[in-house]
Amino acid sequence: MSLVVTSGWYMTLAAVLFALGALGILIRRNALVMFMCIELMLNAVNLTFVAAGRALGNLDGQLAVFFVLVVAAAEVVVGLAIIVAIFRRRQSASVDELSELAG
Amino acid sequence: MVELVVFVLMGGGALAGGVTVIKARNPVYSAMGLLGTLFAIAVLYVMQLAHFVAAVQVIVYAGAVLTLFLFVIMMVGVDKEEDVRETIPHQRRLALALGLIAIGIVASLVARGRFAWVPVASAAADPQATNGTVQALAEPMFTDWVLAFEATALLLTIAAAGTIALASFRRPVADTAAERTGV
Amino acid sequence: MSQFLWIIIALPLASAVFLHFAGRRIGEPRAGYLATLSVAGSFALALGAALPFFQGESHGVTVNIWEWMPAIGAALEINWDPLAALMTLIITGVGALIHLYAIGYMHGEARFTRFFVYLNLFVASMLTLVLAGNFAMLFMGWELVGLCSFLLISFWSTRPSANAAGKKAFVVNRIGDFGFLVGLMLIFATFSTLSYAGIFERAEEVLSPGMATAIGLLILIGAAGKSAQIPLYVWLPDAMEGPTPVSALIHAATMVTAGVYVIARSAVIFEISPIAGPIVATVGAATALWAATIALAQKDIKRVLAYSTISQLGYMFLAVGAAGHVAGVFHLMTHAFFKALLFLGAGSVIHGMADEQNMEKMGGLRKAMPITAVTMLIGTIAISGIPPLAGFWSKDEILGVAFSRGGWFWVLWIVGLVTALITAFYMTRQFVLVFLGEPRWTEGVHPHESPRTMTLPLIALAGLSIVGGLLNTPFRTALEHFLEPSFELVALTHPPEGLGMFVLLAGLSTLAGLAGAGAAFLTYNRPAELWGRFEAAFGRTWTLWSEGYRVDDLYWATLVKPGLRAAEAAAFRFDTPIIDGAVNGAGRLVRAAASKGRGLQTGMVRSYGALFAAGTVAVIGWIIWRGA
Repeated sequence: MSLVVTSGWYMTLAAVLFALGALGILIRRNALVMFMCIELMLNAVNLTFVAAGRALGNLDGQLAVFFVLVVAAAEVVVGLAIIVAIFRRRQSASVDELSELAG
Repeated sequence: MVELVVFVLMGGGALAGGVTVIKARNPVYSAMGLLGTLFAIAVLYVMQLAHFVAAVQVIVYAGAVLTLFLFVIMMVGVDKEEDVRETIPHQRRLALALGLIAIGIVASLVARGRFAWVPVASAAADPQATNGTVQALAEPMFTDWVLAFEATALLLTIAAAGTIALASFRRPVADTAAERTGV
Repeated sequence: MSQFLWIIIALPLASAVFLHFAGRRIGEPRAGYLATLSVAGSFALALGAALPFFQGESHGVTVNIWEWMPAIGAALEINWDPLAALMTLIITGVGALIHLYAIGYMHGEARFTRFFVYLNLFVASMLTLVLAGNFAMLFMGWELVGLCSFLLISFWSTRPSANAAGKKAFVVNRIGDFGFLVGLMLIFATFSTLSYAGIFERAEEVLSPGMATAIGLLILIGAAGKSAQIPLYVWLPDAMEGPTPVSALIHAATMVTAGVYVIARSAVIFEISPIAGPIVATVGAATALWAATIALAQKDIKRVLAYSTISQLGYMFLAVGAAGHVAGVFHLMTHAFFKALLFLGAGSVIHGMADEQNMEKMGGLRKAMPITAVTMLIGTIAISGIPPLAGFWSKDEILGVAFSRGGWFWVLWIVGLVTALITAFYMTRQFVLVFLGEPRWTEGVHPHESPRTMTLPLIALAGLSIVGGLLNTPFRTALEHFLEPSFELVALTHPPEGLGMFVLLAGLSTLAGLAGAGAAFLTYNRPAELWGRFEAAFGRTWTLWSEGYRVDDLYWATLVKPGLRAAEAAAFRFDTPIIDGAVNGAGRLVRAAASKGRGLQTGMVRSYGALFAAGTVAVIGWIIWRGA
């Protein structure tokens, strides 16, 4: 059998990972796990970028990944600081309790 | 042939890691799953000749970001087991449905041949064009994309400053209270 | 000269606007003098502009000021012909005298300047009415004088009776206005224009007798409202709630004459209709007799004069209904003189008696108020139709016109004669009760003569009441020559020719007047119990007269109460539940919908995330489905 691994395969894999990440955000209540799922989604996007760059025959995809990585790192830093600040008060990591903007 | 095997193995690993992230009750287990996914994806990068990006992925993502995650998990609640019952009605069903639809959309596009592009190690393509070595990436980055580069530098500075501001928010209140009680 | 005609209306209008804004700073009496001067200025201007008519040279001009509604032939235009000129001179002349009088009468009044604002506004509106060159502008003036009447009747707005009287005047007028408006619509439907120029000359060919009758009767309804004829007169006695200068100016000399003016102006239309004129005359004669009997039994000095006005207006309607338009306008003029005189005199009495208006509490005032007494005497003689004073000439001409028409009009002539007798009776009764005999006033009242600003107009009007009649005697019909150009298209009725007929008719009416006056003098110049017995001898009739035949009660029961009930039903059974309910219901609906919508705002991040994801998937899916 000669199955050739094309860029499409990578993109499909990325799509599944992305869907998994989205699923995780909607289902999990722990703020840290939700953040990890976001990272999962970002990684899926990175994979898509690289695959598309490879398919189009230039390096733009990889450059985009580079910058996404930088931004993701900065985002994680700030986000975790926020989570720490919030959860210092409450002693609970559940996102469901942050519902004061209801109504 | 080799690609296929590697793809299946690593792809499966990535998926397994992802599933672990979303299913594990202990947050540390989720972090471990994420780690596996990150490594698998790094390998996949190498498969596509994105060497530099793969290296950065391992160093920054797996090495710094994930470690930071683990720090915070330890600080906030490592032994908190999450209640598995779902409080919002229909949430799980809705999430599953949305996920399947998203995958379905992409799969349909692939099946219609929209992404049937050049295979990875085909002789028809110019492998060097997408060979992501340091030199190859550096050239466009410091010419066409230099603005974005400088902007990200600024972004990192802002992020660091912001985090310090957030983290040190509570000190003045505690100090005043200490003064008042004469401790 | 004609390009300055608009100033006649503009002067009092400008004065009104100026006094409205700066009146308080000028203060009394300067505001009053300014108001008087503006009206006097209009008089002078009108006199100058009327010179060509005196010399019989001009047929009149029409001056266009602004094209208002060309599609219906309505423009702001001044129609300056002899009839309009005469009306203007009466309005501004008598008006200026009354303005002067009001300065003294309203002294010390808190809203002094406001009063003169309204008075000036009224004069401007009335001038708009008579100077109009088309029915639209006339109607505008018509409505405006109604408004000013309302404002002035209820001037002392702290009195509930004043407010009620103002409302009554306005509502009853409105009924008349409705009839008038329908008449105007018919005019437009027939002539396709409302401009006098396009109507009166074409009337012969275009207007059918049936349509002319309809229009004429509808105009009569409007005129009956404004000029207080049966059945729309009930507002005028109540209108005595207003200050006496108001009663003199509006409800004696000018506004109430608007109805007579309109009929005279539309003379062509009434000529084409076979029965509209006779109906107008019948209404007038009936009203004259009806109101005269009511005046007999009134105790309030102003109410006697109010019913007297209604009665004299009836005479004018009798005249114009019989196509004796000159006679009608002549009586309009002389009536303005002596009725204004009588009202101002009554005001002088009230002023000197510290606001007492009941004649039974007066008596013997001739010593305390000599000037008022003499001038009131002149007014009484004039209205009773005793020669050679003004009232005799004009009333006699009207009776002569009725006599010479013949047929049904002979009945009306007899009615007019009987009414003259009753008129003389009640007017003499009033004079005797107020000025002759022994004082009957209560302790603490110190009657005194009024100041110069009030007595001067009395003297002036008394003079006019003496000589005014000489303007149109059968020996020298000066007024008729003056008015001829305005009535070219109509066949005027004249009193019978010949000295013999004149002596006969004049003698009869003079006899009636003297008889009435004599009877009243003999009855009332006695101790109080005696005339009490005279009045009691009439029994229930006297009470009926004094209550005005209880017409107000009749209207209340048949019209006002059902009307109020209908209004209540509309307000509480329709407006509140249905319309308010719909509006409130819309509000409630929004609130309910918002309440449901608020359910989306759970504050739960994961719900928001789910919605977010669903939306994203939907949009991307749609884009791809469309593109692929």
